[in-house]
Amino acid sequence: MDFGPSSPPSGAASTKIVVAGGFGVGKTTLVGAVSEIVPLRTEALVTNESAGVDNLSNTPMKSTTTVAMDFGRITLADDLVLYLFGTPGQKRFWFMWDDIIKGAIGAVIIVDTQRLDEAFAAVDYFEAKQLPFIVAINEFDGAQRFPAEDVREALALPVDTPVIAIDARDRNSAKAALIRVTEYALERVTSQSTSAARY
Amino acid sequence: MAPHHHDEDELVPTAGIVRPYALTSGRTRSSVDLPVEAIIEQTDSGRERDWNGQSQLGTIVAACASRTSVAEISAAAKLPLGVVRVLLGDLVEQGHVRIAATTLTDASSRDVRQDLIERTLRGLRAI
Ligand SMILES: Nc1nc2c(ncn2[C@@H]2O[C@H](COP(=O)(O)OP(=O)(O)OP(=O)(O)O)[C@@H](O)[C@H]2O)c(=O)[nH]1
Ligand SMILES: [Mg+2]
Repeated sequence: MDFGPSSPPSGAASTKIVVAGGFGVGKTTLVGAVSEIVPLRTEALVTNESAGVDNLSNTPMKSTTTVAMDFGRITLADDLVLYLFGTPGQKRFWFMWDDIIKGAIGAVIIVDTQRLDEAFAAVDYFEAKQLPFIVAINEFDGAQRFPAEDVREALALPVDTPVIAIDARDRNSAKAALIRVTEYALERVTSQSTSAARY
Repeated sequence: MAPHHHDEDELVPTAGIVRPYALTSGRTRSSVDLPVEAIIEQTDSGRERDWNGQSQLGTIVAACASRTSVAEISAAAKLPLGVVRVLLGDLVEQGHVRIAATTLTDASSRDVRQDLIERTLRGLRAI
């Protein structure tokens, strides 16, 4: 471990789960539904240079934009705090995710079935990073309901990737999504040890 | 352990970011690399030092009076996350603040990872 000059008191820990998804899919709503604090906002700076591949890099002049990120907090025990980070789902913010997902337990990708394509980037990204993720279908009122299996197929998800339906506004529903991704992360860690034992 | 890529590239090129990173003399990294969820607390030295004339650092150190995460400090100080992480990293190195809780890193062992995930799961089920 590299805590440098100071080591934390034994046992105390903090951890995080990332909440991702396209514009307006309900990231902030979900974070706010379970957080013990009103979601706070912090900013990261993006230059078109770091933004890399897409449209922004066509801009002749360098410029910076700030990307807002919401986060919430859940105190799970005297010695354990969970943070939730709602990150923008656009490809050009990937460089920022690299930093945010480091050490995360996993990610919840929220999808709106009317705009499933907005989840492609996040799915690709978390797969590439091997971060355990689940897909949570936010069932907006009046939105056509899609069976989970249709969403799995549309997103070309592996069979074991959990796909659940949620109401991002509902605390228990949001909590269920966090529990599911944590369970899945645990399954993944456990299966790694099993497969490692085979070698 | 998952074979995460450890990307040591600088996250934010300094070229386009003059003003906020002026506080860090243009550095986008500190030798102590703090995750956003790291919980920071003041040390005696940070508490006793006179931060007058270093208002940004003073605000940051003050925000650590009650154990607080890097992300919350960034929100409280109204400074971008990247800037706060560099400044806090320096403050850790100088002994004015310290990390008050373990976090998962790419280097965490599978046992540590599993233990923390299990504790999180128990906590989530109980709330
Ligand atoms: N009816 C309904 N509205 C929802 C639901 N979830 C979110 N909303 C609304 O949808 C809008 C967008 O939700 P946000 O939580 O702000 O979405 P976001 O993903 O944080 O959006 P950006 O950060 O702008 O990308 C808000 O007006 C919410 O009130 C839901 O389950 N049902
Ligand atoms: Mg939002």
